[in-house]
Amino acid sequence: MSVAETLALIFLLAGCGFYLAGTIGLLRFPDVYCRLHALAKADNTGLCLICAGLAILSGDWQVTALLALVWLVGLLASTVSAHLIARHAYTAGQRPITISKETKWLD
Amino acid sequence: MIDVVLPLIVLFLIINLIAGMGRVFRGPTPADRMLAALLFSTTTVAALLVMAEWMDLPALRSVALLIVMLAGILSLAFVGLPRRKVRSGEDQ
Repeated sequence: MSVAETLALIFLLAGCGFYLAGTIGLLRFPDVYCRLHALAKADNTGLCLICAGLAILSGDWQVTALLALVWLVGLLASTVSAHLIARHAYTAGQRPITISKETKWLD
Repeated sequence: MIDVVLPLIVLFLIINLIAGMGRVFRGPTPADRMLAALLFSTTTVAALLVMAEWMDLPALRSVALLIVMLAGILSLAFVGLPRRKVRSGEDQ
């Protein structure tokens, strides 16, 4: 296994770790804002790392440019989605939970 | 080595997707269900990109670009639809 493959493998596995964190956050966090926070950041970091790993693995400038485009459009879509969903939840009457002794963190 | 890992990564991402379905069923509000759609878009894109490398199908990268472009429009559509319901409810 060459150096490039090892590096790509590290990037891909790190990306998978971020995806796992995002999914666990989506399933376990207590309210919609926490879930949004977990998902929007972790998943895009995972996508970035996977794109970087695949770009190293392919070693082709055209493929790398396409992967970078996918990542940038993904960032844009995720930012817009996170803002719109959070605003929708806020105007629908949901408020972020506040930390107290009675807060049940894991529903 | 890398040819063994790539299918495993695709499998892992698809398991992530299926786990995210739990939020669609449990999610108490429509916004929670929309979060699962957000998860679907990013995870599907990553799975498609890895599959393009694994199966040597460059067309799948274009499919991934299309899906990631649709993801932004999806949440725009979601925000547009229930707003009208809320507004008509306030008017009555």
